[in-house]
Amino acid sequence: MKTTPYDKLEDIQDALAKCMKCGNCMAVCPVYQTEKQEAAYARGKLSIAEAVLKGELDLKDEDVQEKLFNCLICTSCMLACPCGVDVCKIMLSLRAAMARETGLHPIKKMIFWALKNQPLFNAAMKTGASLQWMGLRKLPDNAGYEPYFTMGLPMKRIFPGLAKKPFRDQAPALIKAKNRKMTVALFPGCGYNYILPRVAWDAVEVLKENDVEIAIPKDQHCCGIAIFAHGDIESARELARKNIDVMEKTGADYIVTVCGSCGESWQHGFRELLSEDPVYGPKVDHWKSRAHDLSTFLTKVIDYKKPEGRVEATVTYQDPCHLKKVLKVFAEPRAILKAIPGVTLKEMTKPDVCCGSGGSYTITHPETSIKIAGRKMADIRKTGADMVITGCPGCMMQLAEGITKSGQELVVAHYISLLARSYREARKTKIDSKERLWR
Amino acid sequence: MLDTTIINHLEEIVGKDNVLTKKADLLTYSYDATADMPGQLPDVVVMPSTTAEVQKIVLLAKEKKLAIYPRGAGTNLSGGTIPLKKGIVLSFQKMDKILEVDPANLTATVQAGVIIQALSDAVATYGLIYPPDPGTVTTATMGGSVAECAGGLRGLKYGVTKHYIMGMEVVLASGEIFCFGGKTVKNVTGYDFASLFVGSEGTLGIITEIMVKLIPPPKYRKTMLATFKRLEDAGNTVTGIIEAYVIPATLEIMDKMTIQTVENYAKVGLPRDAEALLLIEVDGGAQQVVDSEAEAVLKVIKENNGEVKIAQSDAERDQLLTARRSALPALAQLSPTTVLEDATVPRNRISEMLEAVQKIAEKYQLKIGTFGHAGDGNLHPTILADARNREEMERVHKAVDEIFAAALKLGGTLSGEHGIGMAKMKYLKDELGESGLNLMRSVKEALDPDYMLNPGKMVPIRESKEGK
Repeated sequence: MKTTPYDKLEDIQDALAKCMKCGNCMAVCPVYQTEKQEAAYARGKLSIAEAVLKGELDLKDEDVQEKLFNCLICTSCMLACPCGVDVCKIMLSLRAAMARETGLHPIKKMIFWALKNQPLFNAAMKTGASLQWMGLRKLPDNAGYEPYFTMGLPMKRIFPGLAKKPFRDQAPALIKAKNRKMTVALFPGCGYNYILPRVAWDAVEVLKENDVEIAIPKDQHCCGIAIFAHGDIESARELARKNIDVMEKTGADYIVTVCGSCGESWQHGFRELLSEDPVYGPKVDHWKSRAHDLSTFLTKVIDYKKPEGRVEATVTYQDPCHLKKVLKVFAEPRAILKAIPGVTLKEMTKPDVCCGSGGSYTITHPETSIKIAGRKMADIRKTGADMVITGCPGCMMQLAEGITKSGQELVVAHYISLLARSYREARKTKIDSKERLWR
Repeated sequence: MLDTTIINHLEEIVGKDNVLTKKADLLTYSYDATADMPGQLPDVVVMPSTTAEVQKIVLLAKEKKLAIYPRGAGTNLSGGTIPLKKGIVLSFQKMDKILEVDPANLTATVQAGVIIQALSDAVATYGLIYPPDPGTVTTATMGGSVAECAGGLRGLKYGVTKHYIMGMEVVLASGEIFCFGGKTVKNVTGYDFASLFVGSEGTLGIITEIMVKLIPPPKYRKTMLATFKRLEDAGNTVTGIIEAYVIPATLEIMDKMTIQTVENYAKVGLPRDAEALLLIEVDGGAQQVVDSEAEAVLKVIKENNGEVKIAQSDAERDQLLTARRSALPALAQLSPTTVLEDATVPRNRISEMLEAVQKIAEKYQLKIGTFGHAGDGNLHPTILADARNREEMERVHKAVDEIFAAALKLGGTLSGEHGIGMAKMKYLKDELGESGLNLMRSVKEALDPDYMLNPGKMVPIRESKEGK
């Protein structure tokens, strides 16, 4: 197999040479906005990368490692870049080189090994759900869990509780539709499988309402984006291949994701990992064009059933970074929200500024992450909305924590949950009116 | 590495978190946005948040004979913030408070680290604008833009940074704090210190606070895009518009190379066979005035064989502006190294300057796209190269020499808005002469006898002072 920059750092030279140090990325970097230091944003990190390649800085240097991990991979800088520098490719290639040279943090290694072993991981997460009180302190009012001990990683965050039973353990492998239009394979991702299964069920409900048959293969794996982001390239590749195999077996026409980052993996990340793989490369391309965020699937692939049930809510929409900036999906969720009778959408200023979640960034850089969320909370407060809607479990958890910490009374929800509720309301009204007729 | 007592002292002044000494951090303050410049690691980066802290740092640096480099966002294009002689980089990124907006006196007072866009957003809530708009508005700091006298697209009608400075607070090399100016429109007390410090590139004093003038925005505008088959026609249109007594807010030019590159990049529907393009916007407080100015502009374009598109809506205006906004990104995508110059000529010599640049490009077999602010004669010849190719870079350096010589020959200047810094210091004598250089030195040494502030920029260090 031909190498990629993720296997051989030197291959990143040309991508790196494109940066002209204009500093435009400074204006959009959430980490820079918080820390106000040159090394916080892309220009500084790319300079560090150049120095590493020239041998002026060492990847084994802890300061260098710290700088290169202080990035949310939100891709905001890439959109602001006049030179088209692929900052993500460069950052992830450096992290991969770092993992090769110095090895992964032992805890990361353990987690990533477990992620590759789906039944084991599933069992561990279920055990975690029943035993989470041991390591986490439950906060009042079901606000989540706070860790008792730190496992060597800074953990000053509030974690939502794990679901007692993961979504895929609850769901059948195939949910048939009465007037089947087509079959999709639902990829709920870890967030909705283990932590917020309600959202996955709402996705199922919406698809069923639209006569779409749903395959939910039990042995699908984590999409691997966090593993990729931490430089364990071979594990990330293994997960990508396994997921492709599993989805292939379903015979589905499309893959539907409900998480911006899982969508990123199917539409972009897997390609980055497997572009030179003679067997899986073409398979990635096949699925790349057949994987859609649920909002795109509903509005562009099928003509979804228009919501008729009333949902009284003033909502604001937070754009998940990967959904908006990589998948370019931002109009579709808004179109769905606006189509629901009773829903008023009030935009916050800069809805596409990162909320500071960045997946594992919340754990590795809690202080910066919380400060970024604080700015987002202020923007949300100004809208006067009573619900924050988004399309990614990472954002949902980050926003929920921000809300708890800022003492606001707001509900965080996935856009699909509002649509599901509208469909439910419509069914209820129909039953009600039928009952009235009988009387 | 600096003496630990100095580091400890700096930490006492600004707090431990605001003193950076790790190599990975120092490296990120060793460059700015200027291409093809040597980098240099500072000894330490210090991030003050008050004027009192700046004063203490200056006194310490003076005692320990360390150089100080005031730095905003490091977006300048003249090597102005590179810490050539090591020492202290004084980063203003955390000194970013908007202190006051006074709509009655039409002023705003800011700390030096405030981003230009943050000031614009703050005054917009009062229905006012701060007109200077360099390409870096979203990143550049007020302190940096004042020290560099930044320009922008609206320079022709609304002037540049120096026209908006009402007063300042400066920490001098002696460690004294000096305030001048204020909210009065008229003020002739003492020397004109604003002129002294605006554009001084951090070599005469450290700007800590700035009071700027604000204006109400124009209510109406009309935007046009004209293309020309002959460069000369575009040049004559520029002068023709001014001779018709119309001062457009925007009067931008792009040459053939830039047009083609932009069209390949942004697909905005520009004619690939055009030799030049002008983006023109007239604005004002009354619809009638704007309409009649637009009519006069259209007449001049027609007389000079131009083809014109007029924006009928904000969306169409955005489309036309996209062409100009895409110029630098489109050119920058073509090659890894982008050398952006800002030689400036009287506006009636624009087409001659464009031709001269095209000849220089041919002579040295380089790709040069030129665009810029035609209305004020401020051109940006943009040389596309690869810094890793040494032979090509030699040709680039020769071409740059000739571009500056051409600008001076046409009665122009080395720099319209980017500054001298270290990038253009060697050409300084060509424009100012020996007497000018001597005067620069006298001014510098009167305010900063030990060359402590941003040494090696703008004014060559006197040999007897070198190494001090």
